Amino acid sequence: MEKIKVAIIGPGNIGLDLLYKIERSPYLELAYMIGIQDSLGIETAKGKGVKTTTEGIDGFLPESDDVSIVFDCTSAKAHLYNGPKLKEKGIFTIDLTPAAIGPMLIPAVNLTDQMLELDNVNMVTCAGQATTPIVAAINAVADVSYAEVVSSISSKSAGPGTRANIDEFTVTTQKALKEVGGADESKVIIVLNPAEPPIYMRNTIYTRVKHTDLEIIKKAVEEMVLKIKAYVPGYKLMLEPIIQDDVVTTIIQVAGLGDYLPVYSGNLDIITSAAVNIAEKYAQRRAGDGKDV
Amino acid sequence: MAKMSKIILTDTTLRDGNHTVSHQFSPDDVAKVALGLQGAGIDLIEIGHGDGLTGSSINYGFSKYDDFSTIKAAAEVLTTSKLTVLLLPGIGTVKALEQAHKYGAKAVRVATHVTEADVSAQHIKAAKEMGLFTVGFLMMSHMTDVDRLVEEALKMESYGADVVYVTDSAGAMVPSQVAEKVAALKNNLKVPIGHHAHNNLGCAIANNLAAIDAGATYVDSSLMGLGAGAGNTSTETLIAVLNKMKHDHRGDLYKAMDVSKDILVPILESKGLHLSTNHDSMMLGYAGVYSSFLLHSRRASERFDVDVRDILLELGKRKVVGGQEDWIIDIAHGLSTR
Repeated sequence: MEKIKVAIIGPGNIGLDLLYKIERSPYLELAYMIGIQDSLGIETAKGKGVKTTTEGIDGFLPESDDVSIVFDCTSAKAHLYNGPKLKEKGIFTIDLTPAAIGPMLIPAVNLTDQMLELDNVNMVTCAGQATTPIVAAINAVADVSYAEVVSSISSKSAGPGTRANIDEFTVTTQKALKEVGGADESKVIIVLNPAEPPIYMRNTIYTRVKHTDLEIIKKAVEEMVLKIKAYVPGYKLMLEPIIQDDVVTTIIQVAGLGDYLPVYSGNLDIITSAAVNIAEKYAQRRAGDGKDV
Repeated sequence: MAKMSKIILTDTTLRDGNHTVSHQFSPDDVAKVALGLQGAGIDLIEIGHGDGLTGSSINYGFSKYDDFSTIKAAAEVLTTSKLTVLLLPGIGTVKALEQAHKYGAKAVRVATHVTEADVSAQHIKAAKEMGLFTVGFLMMSHMTDVDRLVEEALKMESYGADVVYVTDSAGAMVPSQVAEKVAALKNNLKVPIGHHAHNNLGCAIANNLAAIDAGATYVDSSLMGLGAGAGNTSTETLIAVLNKMKHDHRGDLYKAMDVSKDILVPILESKGLHLSTNHDSMMLGYAGVYSSFLLHSRRASERFDVDVRDILLELGKRKVVGGQEDWIIDIAHGLSTR
């Protein structure tokens, strides 16, 4: 099968991690790396024979004809500029910024054929990717009236984008817990921890449930964890669901693959892994191998 | 000696102290205590969930009353003191701050872990745009060295913070450490420096004084020292000590004590919390009276229906020494006939 050509906008840490994941993919080929200045990311791409531009999206668009998928890992502001231009070109765009022009997509929960027919999908946030599936799994069997997530990430793995926009991070994740996870209400708390060596991403998911059968909840969560592990191998259940009154507590940890980002950056890895997973599904579908995703 | 700078008092009974009552202060409680604190000359009065705006959660405990209902209640009574809220980026948002501002907040303390100041840029800038007096609050200041602390404090200053605090959230510092950190900020920042102490090692007031000596001009306290862990510096004690040291400030000792005794204690009782003030013994120190005079003075206060504080102050003024308990009767009787 011929590989599908993809491009990355934003050759920072996330972009570089994507580069290594795409390099490994049987379905994807990195055709273009797009930046706004010379950087390690641009140099790395060049070294691998990938076309590059430092003129931003406007430098790329005239040469974009054979590219089918773009990963945008710039910023919310930049994506608001890039998104419509990519749409005009008919390029399937996977938005890793908090801009969220397109619907939120979390592979383990809502990666449907319909989603792959859209022109733009949003990767929510790392906490959203990590915790929404658990809320969705519990909601399916126990009806979640309120979901609360406390996400601790290592300071080193929180880039300047996240730091400058921490509100967008919590608000977007809150939205995902409701719209994709199915909780009636939600709250998200994020804590940056500077400990050395850096901590792995740790998420505590509290859900207030209407049906309190713990065995059913445990089974649903275990199945979901397996589904996520398929594309995020470092995803791990640290505390299987326990219950007090109607509050179920579940704790998960995410270690990264260590492609470009270090293993403690599981929070970033889960987003790049999910994004590549979506792109691969898109590629498989385009290749018309007949398999539903 | 150079003229000492004015000390600006921030009372956090209704915010840090909210931890003590598991975030159950009602709008009515808040209005009463805030009004009392204003009368006692407190410059900034911080209210809300212990973990700041929208801290109400499974993780930290749910507030019994909505943040904004208590802000509204305080706003209705506060005129001269600044109604202050706490905002922890990652828990609260600019949107929540806008709400707080709408309901009457005049100042905000934007708090981050000591090494993570850059997450506050968004919130400090937004607060300044709203016209709020904005304090940068570097929590868990004991966890980093002086150089890093200065670096982080400079960030908050660059975002527009009007004051930056060395916040000892764990009550883990001793006076020499506080002095070192405050002095470093004082030397490197243009804005005033503050200190928030917890009394976990019994060092809260000593740390405040060390901070002031090192150049801090903003100091936190709470009535009866209410607050997380062993609590904060007690507002009453702080005012007493500042008076003794002849620092310039707006606090009124008797009025602060009265808010504790007459307003806060009954509120705490109604929540099943039985705490007593340290007022009488504090007055021994304040007036310089032999400690064994305490119980005798209380008895005389009841017998002659006079304020025990006045007895102790008078004893101090007359420079009584150990063994002169008999003077208590004389003074109490004298006060009762005034």
